[in-house]
Formats: sequence, C-alpha cells, structure tokens
Amino acid sequence: MSLPDPTETFRQEARELLEQLEAGLLDLEQDPGNADLINSAFRALHTIKGSGAMFGFTEVASFVHEFETAFDRVRKGTSAVTAALVGVALDAKDHVHRLIEDPGQAEADGADILDRLRHIVAIDAFPHSPMDKSDAPPASPTSPPPGRWRLRFTLPKDALIYGTNPLLLLEEIRAIGPAEVTALIGDIPPLDAFDPDICYMGWQVDITAEDPRAAIEDVFLFLRDSMELSLEPLAGAEPDEVSTASAHAEAPGAAPVAVESVAAPVGRAEAPAGAPPAADRTAGSSMRVAAERLDELMDRVGELVIAQARLSQIAAMGSDGNLKTIAEELERLSSGLRDTTMGIRMVPIGTLFSRFRRLIHDLSRDLGKDIEFVTTGEDTELDKTVIEKLADPLVHLIRNSVDHGLEDASRRVASGKRFTGTVRLSAVYAGAEVSISVSDDGAGLNAERIRAKAEEAGLVAPDAKLSDHELWQLIFAPGFSTAKEVTELSGRGVGMDVVKRTIEGLRGTIDVATRPGEGTTVTLRLPLTLAIIDGMLVRVGDGRYTIPLAAVEECVELPAQIDATSRGRNFLDIRGELVPFLRLRETFDVAGAAESHPKVVIVSSGEGRVGLVVDQILGNYQTVIKQLSKLHASIKSFSGATILGDGSVALILDTMSLVGMGQAHDDRFKHELRGKAA
Amino acid sequence: MSELRHDGGAMRALTLRLGDEIFAIAAESVREVLDLVPITHVPGAPAFVGGLINVRGRVVPLADLRVSFGMDRRPPDKDTRIVVVEIDIGGEPTVTGILADKVHDVTDLESADIQDAPRVGMRWRPEYIRGICKRNGDFIILPHLEHIFESQGRRSGNSTEERAAS
Repeated sequence: MSLPDPTETFRQEARELLEQLEAGLLDLEQDPGNADLINSAFRALHTIKGSGAMFGFTEVASFVHEFETAFDRVRKGTSAVTAALVGVALDAKDHVHRLIEDPGQAEADGADILDRLRHIVAIDAFPHSPMDKSDAPPASPTSPPPGRWRLRFTLPKDALIYGTNPLLLLEEIRAIGPAEVTALIGDIPPLDAFDPDICYMGWQVDITAEDPRAAIEDVFLFLRDSMELSLEPLAGAEPDEVSTASAHAEAPGAAPVAVESVAAPVGRAEAPAGAPPAADRTAGSSMRVAAERLDELMDRVGELVIAQARLSQIAAMGSDGNLKTIAEELERLSSGLRDTTMGIRMVPIGTLFSRFRRLIHDLSRDLGKDIEFVTTGEDTELDKTVIEKLADPLVHLIRNSVDHGLEDASRRVASGKRFTGTVRLSAVYAGAEVSISVSDDGAGLNAERIRAKAEEAGLVAPDAKLSDHELWQLIFAPGFSTAKEVTELSGRGVGMDVVKRTIEGLRGTIDVATRPGEGTTVTLRLPLTLAIIDGMLVRVGDGRYTIPLAAVEECVELPAQIDATSRGRNFLDIRGELVPFLRLRETFDVAGAAESHPKVVIVSSGEGRVGLVVDQILGNYQTVIKQLSKLHASIKSFSGATILGDGSVALILDTMSLVGMGQAHDDRFKHELRGKAA
Repeated sequence: MSELRHDGGAMRALTLRLGDEIFAIAAESVREVLDLVPITHVPGAPAFVGGLINVRGRVVPLADLRVSFGMDRRPPDKDTRIVVVEIDIGGEPTVTGILADKVHDVTDLESADIQDAPRVGMRWRPEYIRGICKRNGDFIILPHLEHIFESQGRRSGNSTEERAAS
C-alpha cells in the first residue's frame, strides 16, 4: 500500500473548498449582507492559497491571492455584493478549479478574470453599501503607507508538543522587516506547576514594514485557528485596521505581561472573529477514507457472513447447545456489522444537489429566465456509487426543465403565472427505494408536438393509438427532441435516452407526469444500494446464476409441446402476448442433454421482456454484488457476481442485455418470416 | 530485460509447474497460494480466463496460463494449486488467480542467470516471456504476466463484441 499522494490530497481538499466557496457565493447572491457567508468564502480562498503554495501550485496561489485581495474589499465593506460580482467570482472560482486540475494551462484568461473582478469591486465601492457597517471611509486598504506595526501573539498551549518552534516563527517574522521582539512572560507559572512541554509565553513584535498582514498570516498559516494573534499599526494608523484589531487587543502602552487580557475572542488582523470555519467543525466528526478501503471492508464482511452461515449450518446439525448459542450470537453480530458497513457507503444526496445550484444560476443568466430553485430531502442517503452516477442524468433533467419546461417570463405572465419560474428537486425514501424528482411549473409537455415529432422521426406510425403514458415515454427514445430551436444547452436529442439508460443501469426506473400549463415532473426511482440486491437463484446445467428479483415478472413451466417443437421459433404465449425466450443452456453452451420440465423466468427491462429457460429455480436470496474484473468486463450477459452460502461464486445475469438478445432474436425471426412470405 | 537485473542481485520468485515446464513468478506479486477451490465457469469468456473463484470474499478471475502457452489442459489433480497474484492490467492493479499444475517453492534466481527470451526457435510468443533462467541445466521461464493478461483481455473484448453484434 503506497502513501497517498500529497498533491492529490491537496486537489481533493481544494475541490471541496471550491465547492464550499461556490455554495457560499450563491448564498451570498440571495443574502448579500451576510457577513458570515463573506467570511467563510474568504476563509476558503485563504486556505486554498496557503496549501496551494505549500504543494507547489504557485499559479493557483498567486491567482487566489489576487482573488482574495479583491474580495477583501467586499469583506471590509468597501464593495457591495452584486449579481455581477458573484458572476465574476464564480468565473474566478472555475478558473482556480482549472488551474488545480490542469496546472500546465496558460494563465491568459486568469488575468482577464482578475481585471473584471478588480473592475467590479472598484466600481461598486461606495460607502453606503449594505455591507458597510462601520463608518470607515473607503480608503484603499490594499496599499497602506509604510509604517510600524505591533504584532502580539500567543501560541496554542500544545504547540511545542506538535513540534512548533517559536524561534523559527520569530525568524520568519524578522524576515518581513526590521523587528523588535519582546517576550510576554506573564503566564509562566511557578516552577512547581511548570510543565516543560507547554508553551506559556507570548510575544510582542514591533515591526517596520509596508503591509505585513499577508506575510504574517502566512507565517502562522498552520496555527492561526488555535492561536491568539493581533496586529495593529503603531503610528499613522489606518482607522479600519484599528477598529478590527484593537477590539481584541490591549492599548499599545499596556504592560507586556498583560497577555491574559488578549484572550478575548480570537483576535486576528486578517479576519474578524466569527463562527469557526465549517470545515473545522466537521473535521472532528468525520474523516476521509478511500473508497477502495470501504470496498475491502465490504469484502471482509461478506466473507465473514459466509463463514458465519457455514458455522450456523454445522451448529444446527449437531446437538451442542453452547455451539448453537455462539453461532446465533455470531449471526446477530455479523448481520449488524453488515448493515453498518453498508451504512458507511451511504452518502446524503445533498452533496449532489448543491452542485445544481450553480447550474441553475448559469442557466438563469444564459436564458434570461428568473428561476427559483427549491430542493428538499437533502438528507436522503444513497450508495455513493449511485450518487456519482446520478449527476449527469440530473443535469440533463434540470436543463430540460429550465430550457423546455419553463416558459419565457412574458408568456408566464400572460398565462397568469408568477414571473419567477420554479424548479424543484426533491428526494424521498419510498420503501427500499429512493424516489428523486425534478419538477417545474412550466408549460408541461406538448402532446401534439411530441406526437408530430415522433411521427416525423418514424418512431410511431401516423395512425397508431397511444396512451398518454406511451406518448410521454417517447421522449426517452434516442434522437428525440421537440425543442424548436437547438440551443447550446439542450435540444440536440441526446440526453433523455442517455438518462433512461443510465437510470436503468442503476436498476432504477424513470417516469414522467405532466399537466398542460401546470408543469412536468420527472421521477427517478432508485434502489437504496447497489451493493446488495434480492436475487433469484437458478440452475442451468451445473452452473448457478442469480437473476435480480426486481426484474423478474413471473415464472412459468415451459409447456412440453413448445419445448419439443420450438427449435426455430422461440416464443411463449403469455396471456395473449408473444414473449421471446432464450434457452440459457444454449446461450451459455452447456454440454449434455437438456433436462425435462424446464422452467421459464420472465424478466423485463424497460419496455422489453424475455423468457429465460432454466433447469431449476433454487429460491430467493439476498445477494452481495461483486463487480467483475476488467478481464470479464466485456462479457455483456453478466452484470456482476456474488458469493453463495457454500462459498462458491454465482454470476448475476444482466437482464438488460438478455432482453436485448431476446429482442434481436425476435427481430431476426420476424425478418425470416417476411423473407419467406416474399 | 534490464528491469530484472538492475540491482545485479537475485530475484526472489515462486516456482511452479505448468505442463512439463517450470515457471517463475516474482514473489512480490504473489499474495497467496490456495488449494483448489470450486471454480465457476463464465459462459462466453475466453478459455484463458474462463473461471471465477472466491478468494476470501472477493470474486477473482482465474487464469490458465497453459492456454497462453498452448499446452494441454490436464484435469486438476492433488497437486493442482491456485496462485493468487496482484498484477497491473491496463494501469489498474488487479487480483487474479493463476492455475498451477504444481507449486514448487520460493527461490532466489541469480540475475546473471537470466537471459532474454530467444527471438527465434521458440514455440511461444516472445512478448509473453520476460526472460529465461538457466539453473542446474534446467530452464525456468519467467512469464510476462502483464503482457499476457493485457493481450488476452483485449481478445476477450473483441470476441464478446462480435457476439453481441451477431
């Protein structure tokens, strides 16, 4: 096992911080006066800058530094938060993202973004902005005159234990400019209470420099959250600096021993004391674990469950009471462990939802539609793998809702609706499934247009009678789009069929409900986890296979006369409908003569159905799904494998591809019939 | 074959028998050696990776190198073992089982004894062999597992695509 790549760790953290930043900026657009939001955005920027510089992402660090400087004006209240500012800030955030993902790329557009950013914060600088709580004049805090500054700091008590060397810190401060260091020794206890591992001292440094704030911030980068620090100009001070710093620090003339009085709220020159950063609050309660480790844990637990099943079997056969007790105990423990392990893989869907706020923001700007985005059920948990795969389909659905669903503002007003359109994204548990819906209060699907388009594309015959449900399902057909104009966002006719395929690949279903003039709701129903399914175990020859129970419609006997005569014509009559069937013995090339009384398992996927002829149905089992390795990934008949109670491996049938094979068989047969008739 | 000799020392390897030949697999890639376990046949998979086995709760493909080297596939007997290795397939570390007619021992192969596979006069595809070690008059073959698995993986991909298309 190799050590994690620190660069990769930085990337991951930066990604999360950028997500936080984005969420913060979007919140800020709704609530421009919220100082907490501004501060948290600022902290995110600052952390990216610091760790970026540390891991050699110098371009990131310097860009973020500029970004931070511009944003500092907002924080200080000299610039107002406007939609334009948020827009540019989002662009800047995207640029940082690109720099981090692809450090080699040119910085040309970076400069452009910074120009725009500076331009906006400069223009919007006015003293009566909602942010401006103090009476500080809009001086230019980015370039204060050179002067003397007084820095006072005490380190966290455990700083020495964690290897911080105060002398090195003082060295670094001296490097900023000529400095005069005074030790604050008032906290040092009497010798009998003295613990040599604890840092009791504080320091006061009078430094001559032009604007040491950023530099000092960098010196204490790794300590600042748990330490006390104040910085203030000594002479020719800037009013706004004094107001932030002196609130937490003693007057410059105070005796150096009065350190304890600095222990008011955390007094930092760069950021006013506020709520601790959100990241810090969660750091104690959660940790980052590589997904592979969870998979490994799942494997171990699967193994344990199998071993426990064997033990239970042996215990049940014997008459040893103690053994039985232990076997039962172990069964209880291992099933608990299994549930817990499954639980670890579950992630709240809110992590996904927050990404779409940006999407809505951009769509709203690009299409000139005013949109309210409402999300509910962010706490709903789904398997991590499912959540990752849901991102793209949901992007398509949301785009469709905004682009095709919501009308233009003028049309909305004309039809008596609110000017602002609403897109609702919600998730809710429904039994062993999660139901996720995307709905809009737009015009609804246009039945005539869908019909016309489908006929044009040759998807339905002009005289075919379709139920509403069948009609709506047409929008999932490949190459279907009713948008009159192809916009950049949607309308290319790719999307809905991909959405449907992805959802079915996750063993989910997709449904559309629409009311003309009132809106459309697309509902996805997904299994809670991909790791475990209910399966039906069947036998074909010597091999045992699992069919996902959700796909099984019914089981029937293969009628003897069809069994005997159906060599070329593999169809079953299921209540008047012809269903093609596959003899799995043939599909899987099982040697030996067919057994008598074969069974047919009818499975469905999407609209298609197929009968699978098996030798025996063994029963239903909970099945822990294991992915097949790359070596077998290209075999389409199987979606995975599972380990049975006796420790052997059974393959899981991929019903989607088997239905496809049945359909192909069906088509071929029809083709042959036509050939004969001609 | 500089990669085998760069340290000028010995290479620790697990020796095993396939058919009538002795093979050696770098010990560092071997995870464990198992007795024969039930093998699940994968319909439609190439003979080289025609099976799946359960290795401590993981479903692991079982490869038969005898297919790659065109040997007879004798039915398993009391000496048959499964060598579980972790190798890089297409840039992804993959755990896979390798069927062995018999497993001998872990031994040090002197780098000086290892030679490149001869380009001519060999029954086997040269890219499947890292080198040949001469020891006590015997030849020990060092298979190039990554090459073997990657080429076989590609082959399996093609064959199933054909199947799916038909």
